[in-house]
Amino acid sequence: MTDLTSLTLAEARDALKAKSFTAVELTDAYLAAMEKARVLNAYVAETPEKAREMAKTSDERIAAGKAGALEGLPLGIKDLYATKGVHTQACSHILDGFEPTYESTVSANLWADGAVMLGKLNMDEFAMGSSNETSHYGSVVNPWRRNGSDANLVPGGSSGGSAAAVAARLCLGATATDTGGSIRQPAAFTGTAGIKPTYGRCSRWGLVAFASSLDQAGPIARDVRDAAILLKSMASVDPKDTTSVDIPVPDYEAAVGKSVKGLRIGIPKEYRLDGMPAEIDALWQKGIDILREAGAEIVDISLPHTKYALPAYYIVAPAEASSNLARYDGVRYGLRVPGSDIVDMYENTRAAGFGAEVKRRILIGTYVLSAGYYDAYYLRAQKVRTLIKRDFETVYAAGVDAILTPATPSAAFGIGEKADADPVEMYLNDVFTVTVNMAGLPGLAVPAGLSAEGLPLGLQLIGRPFDEETLFTLGSAIEKAVGTFAPKRWW
Amino acid sequence: MNMAVRTPDPKKLIKGATGDWEIIIGLEVHAQVTSNAKLFSGASAVFGAEPNMHVSLVDAAMPGMLPVINEECVAQAIRTGLGLKAAINLYSVFDRKNYFYPDLPQGYQISQYKQPIVGEGKVLLDMPEGVVEIGIERLHLEQDAGKSIHDQHPTMSFVDLNRSGVALMEIVSKPDLRSSEEVKAYLAKLRTILRYLGTCDGNMEEGSMRADINVSVRKPGDPLGTRCEIKNVNSMRFAAQAVEFEARRQIGIIEDGGKIDQETRLYDPGKGETRSMRSKEEAHDYRYFPDPDLLPLELDPAWVEGLKAQLPELPDEKKARFVADYGITPYDAMVLTLERASADYYEQVAKKRDGKAVANFMINELFGRLNKDGKGIEASPVSPEQLGSIVDLIGDGTISGKIAKDLFEIVYTEGGDPRKLVEERGLKQVTDTGAIEKAVDEVIAANPDKAEQAKAKPTLSGWFVGQVMKATGGKANPQAVNDLVKAKLGIE
Repeated sequence: MTDLTSLTLAEARDALKAKSFTAVELTDAYLAAMEKARVLNAYVAETPEKAREMAKTSDERIAAGKAGALEGLPLGIKDLYATKGVHTQACSHILDGFEPTYESTVSANLWADGAVMLGKLNMDEFAMGSSNETSHYGSVVNPWRRNGSDANLVPGGSSGGSAAAVAARLCLGATATDTGGSIRQPAAFTGTAGIKPTYGRCSRWGLVAFASSLDQAGPIARDVRDAAILLKSMASVDPKDTTSVDIPVPDYEAAVGKSVKGLRIGIPKEYRLDGMPAEIDALWQKGIDILREAGAEIVDISLPHTKYALPAYYIVAPAEASSNLARYDGVRYGLRVPGSDIVDMYENTRAAGFGAEVKRRILIGTYVLSAGYYDAYYLRAQKVRTLIKRDFETVYAAGVDAILTPATPSAAFGIGEKADADPVEMYLNDVFTVTVNMAGLPGLAVPAGLSAEGLPLGLQLIGRPFDEETLFTLGSAIEKAVGTFAPKRWW
Repeated sequence: MNMAVRTPDPKKLIKGATGDWEIIIGLEVHAQVTSNAKLFSGASAVFGAEPNMHVSLVDAAMPGMLPVINEECVAQAIRTGLGLKAAINLYSVFDRKNYFYPDLPQGYQISQYKQPIVGEGKVLLDMPEGVVEIGIERLHLEQDAGKSIHDQHPTMSFVDLNRSGVALMEIVSKPDLRSSEEVKAYLAKLRTILRYLGTCDGNMEEGSMRADINVSVRKPGDPLGTRCEIKNVNSMRFAAQAVEFEARRQIGIIEDGGKIDQETRLYDPGKGETRSMRSKEEAHDYRYFPDPDLLPLELDPAWVEGLKAQLPELPDEKKARFVADYGITPYDAMVLTLERASADYYEQVAKKRDGKAVANFMINELFGRLNKDGKGIEASPVSPEQLGSIVDLIGDGTISGKIAKDLFEIVYTEGGDPRKLVEERGLKQVTDTGAIEKAVDEVIAANPDKAEQAKAKPTLSGWFVGQVMKATGGKANPQAVNDLVKAKLGIE
């Protein structure tokens, strides 16, 4: 038998349907792969018993002809998702020992469709980071290495565990979340496909909140088709999340492989940054050429407020985070470090429980919401946000169907490489992705080639609100031209 | 602050060493919304359960939980706004008020800051000098906090989250009140309106209505003085006492050459004084910002109109109608309409009867008796039908007013059909002139000197009437007695 973990999610699904192997066999293959790959530190909690139990039930349902859309398919779940009775800490020390009594809507949707849970995936603490180095459980190692080098690289963040696990074949697909690029940047760093759907497409209920107006769940997968299949199951309107939107979830898989003929693709000049590496520029041009050759119409567009997006994002997101993270106070759950009185207990708990990056963002957020600074920072950032949104609306109104940009300004970098750098340098990783969150739009990162050093590079496709289908169509066209990418196994 | 100016009423001024002072008062009343569930969760909002029995995942601020607005609470806020003749804002926004406290699990209270659901309105007070209009600045919806309990353990505090997330309406008045009497009248009137609407039970003992009172003093005609806020007063009496104390405290400080520091104070009912809680410098920076978990609240005008159409008749309208329809005095109408249940009771009795007679009997007999027992009208042992019978019996001359009181007491304590009781217990008024005449003759015969004097001083006939009534056990028809006494004494 071939290595079951080499199959894509779509292939595994079809093989299970054809009864080529069982869900238990498939699950065991993944559990074995996970065991051998612990050096990557992609999982913070493995749930083999639960996985085998769920797989067994899947086999029964398959036998009974009652298989769901994801029946028997083993997935990894980002630690940000509440999973009933299972480790849920957003990879923070402050949530030590927290196991919720509830299941997030998105993961519940996956289980309802028959998927199997392998465990919880590493991430930057509270999803704050672009390298997965802020996790309380340590850095995730990117399964990709530079040609001829054995230096460990970051997988990107915050969904670094999700991206690494998918790239290293430690799950068929993974859930992730994206607040400023946390799905698309790690997908680009690991040669995987990741989509941040339109804000409101997936329920946020049961997702540990970072920045509520920006957070959105989405999948990271081996290829575009797998991402489409997963999003179909993850998305839903949810009465428990009033920001979720009641629009029917289309059959995204049907959009994969469709013709791009006649689609108008905007190329925003503002994304051509000074000092951008030549190979990123070349990759972007390659994407343009591929889509043009496939019959799409390429148009130059302008998104004039792009340069304000990153600073505005780093006001809005920390502001919301400073308030969202107030509930971690040592009173009801997670870590408590005793103190002489209540304030002392709060201070001890939060000092010990939060990492440096989380503290930095809580401080920034608290500052920008303070009396006397609110108007200058938060209110202005919200105005900028409106302008960014309007930029996109204007080009879409002019007939642009989607926008093509690089996903990241560079390939994956080394673990610890930016440890002494200005935090802003790390924030610059999100320069191409934050605009999409600020505008609430869907964005797909798709692998488009390898760097000179042999590292994956990704392109980003940005769509109209709730038009994820066009992104899957365009992404699959690029994928068809360049193929998919997998790291050489060294672990 | 709104500078709504009322002409200073000399009767409401406080005498100080340096002259008269005017008190300026504004109130922020927190009224618990009557609803089955909390403002943003499905947990029960009912008072009185064992600690932490009414707590959902949202109320306990578990990770990843999201608030979902309770439509009924919104409807209640709008009903209240309509009852306060206020502007309804079809677009309002929920904000987070951030601060740390163990009984605030989220670390923020969801409230409405810049864009409340209800705008300006008014409340009319029936004061002895006439009707006083108090402006309403706004009404907004917000979450209640839980309760910290400090006396159950030597070193620990306990937290009860049953109230956490229960819907409150904060009703903010303009600084239009000028005396402790007005404060009491305002709270009473607000309570009446809320109870009519069924939007808050107005139960101050259970904390369903609490007031923050802003007090400042000034010389009449001067600009507004620095105010102090007295937090969390939970009775009308304490509110009045707190205002009296606080005004005199401020006057004392100013007259001694000092100045008022803007601060938050607490009223201690035991000592009858207010004391400082925190100064302006210690005030929290609440870092308000729009709650990103909740979309702005946009209301359908047709839905608001529907709520308006179903609004009950409110106390002011009811009072005016009682005066017009039943011919009773505005004061009696006010007393009868204080509670919707009393007004309903009254109307049940007064329909097809003499409204004035019913009002008198209800206010003097029924309310007096219920008050004595500490009972509300809902618990009245005398039904509207029974009370109506008693009034009818007076009206058709079957019993006297005095006997009616006795009959009422019997019905109140023992129950029964008043008409039958009159028969069974022989309470019928004696209208047999022969019998009355006999009694009159006997009284006159026994008091020849008084009879002589009465001829010169006719008002003495009243004494004879009283004696005759006494002799007949109160059953004689007073009019008949009066006529006969006068005739026999020869006075006209």
